[in-house]
Order: sequence, then C-alpha cells, then structure tokens
Amino acid sequence: MNELSFLLGVAVLLFALGLLGVIVRRNALVMLMSMELMLNGVNLSLVTFAREAGSAEAAVLVFLIFVVAAAEIAIAIPIVLTLARSRRTLDVSAWTDLKG
Amino acid sequence: MIETVLTGFFGVAAVIGGVLMLIARQPMRAALALTCSMLSLAGVYAMLGVHVIAVFQVLIYVGAVMVFMVYAIMLLDTRDASFTERYSGLLVPAVLGAGVLTALLAWALVGTSGAPPAEGDTDPFAVQRFAEIFLADYWLYFELTSVLLVAAVVAAIAALKAGGRRDE
Repeated sequence: MNELSFLLGVAVLLFALGLLGVIVRRNALVMLMSMELMLNGVNLSLVTFAREAGSAEAAVLVFLIFVVAAAEIAIAIPIVLTLARSRRTLDVSAWTDLKG
Repeated sequence: MIETVLTGFFGVAAVIGGVLMLIARQPMRAALALTCSMLSLAGVYAMLGVHVIAVFQVLIYVGAVMVFMVYAIMLLDTRDASFTERYSGLLVPAVLGAGVLTALLAWALVGTSGAPPAEGDTDPFAVQRFAEIFLADYWLYFELTSVLLVAAVVAAIAALKAGGRRDE
C-alpha cells in the first residue's frame, strides 16, 4: 500500500467516524467534537493532495479552514451553553422542539 | 524508511483516537481522545514535511479549540441521560450507513496513483515560501479572517445575552 492510499484511507475513516459520532451520540458537546473530527479528516485529504501536487497555496487554504473551525467552535459552544442553561441537560433529545 | 513507519504509526493513532472518542462515556475522555487524534494528525503533517500546517494544527486545534472545549465540559458538568445512555436510537442504521459510506469511499480510493510530483519546486511547504505566498498574494484573506473572528466573538456574546434574557 502506498503512502497516498494510506493517508486518504485515514482521512476517509476519520470522516466516517466523525459522521457516525454526530448521528449516534446524544451528548451535544461530543457531537461538536465529532464535527471537528470530520473537519480534521477532510483537512488531511486536502494536505495529502496538496503535497502530491506540490501546491503551497493549499497551505493558505488549510490555515483559513483552521480559522473558520475556530470561529465555528467560538459560536457553537455559547449556543450549547445557552441551551444547557435553559434545559439543564446536554442530551440533544431534550431539544427536539427546536425548529428552523 | 523511518518516516514511513512514523507516518503509519501516527495515522493509525489518529484513527484509534477517533474510535475512542466515539465510545467514551464521559465527555472529558472523549475530548482527550480527540486531542490525541489531533496531535497524531500533527505528527502525520510533520512527517509529510508540511511543518507549517503541523504547527497550526497544534496551535489552533489543540491549543485553542480543544482547550475551549475542555473548558466548556468543565463548566457544564451535568450528569444527565446522555451519560447513562450514550447512543441515540439511530445507532444501528447509522453504523450501517457509515459502513456503506466508508466502503464507497474506499472503493473510490482503490487504484489511486496521484498526480506526478511537481517539478522544479524545491520545497513548496517551507515556512519562508509559505509566508511569502500568504502575505503577498493572499493578504486580503488574512485580513478577512480577523473580521470573521470579530464577528464570531460578537455572535458568541449575543448568543449568551439572548439566553440570559430568556432565563429571567
């Protein structure tokens, strides 16, 4: 197995594990962490392809993705805090009445 | 040779960290498993020679995002139904779906050979080269990230204020 296939396989597994975590876990914070794992998997595939193509511009793109992920977490955690404060739980099944 | 072995080790460690995060009962253990996974990915990036991204991975993901996450977990130490029952009712279909997705993507991967390595470019991921490209060609995007982060901070404060108002 060459290195490219191995790294892309790791990226696929990380993405699938993250997707599985978002769907099956009930804890809102663990769901957020699973989303981070999906982003990490996609980042790994981007870096792998960028290295194959020898493109340094991709490193800029990866940096921008990191910043977007940081901003996403900076918004998502206050939302989870707000929800947890109003219902006193982190279980997402308590919030099934959220719409829109 | 040693690079190949270490890349394989870090790649496998990243996947194991992801699996542990999925099965950990306590959110703090899940966060630690995810941190291990991210640090292993930083190791993979370093072994690939993409040192700039490895540094960003440690600084931004492990240093900022995961510390924020651990802080939130410590703040919200509520023992609720998500502790006793980790998984939702979608466990079996989700595992099947994830298996099908993995199989499809792995099938697409079989026989990937990749593009031929670019010629004439000594090391496109050297820090100096990256800094030149980043701050000469893409400086506008660098400035826009600060706008994005300010917007995120304002939105976070607004979300917390809106939540506090509803409590009263």
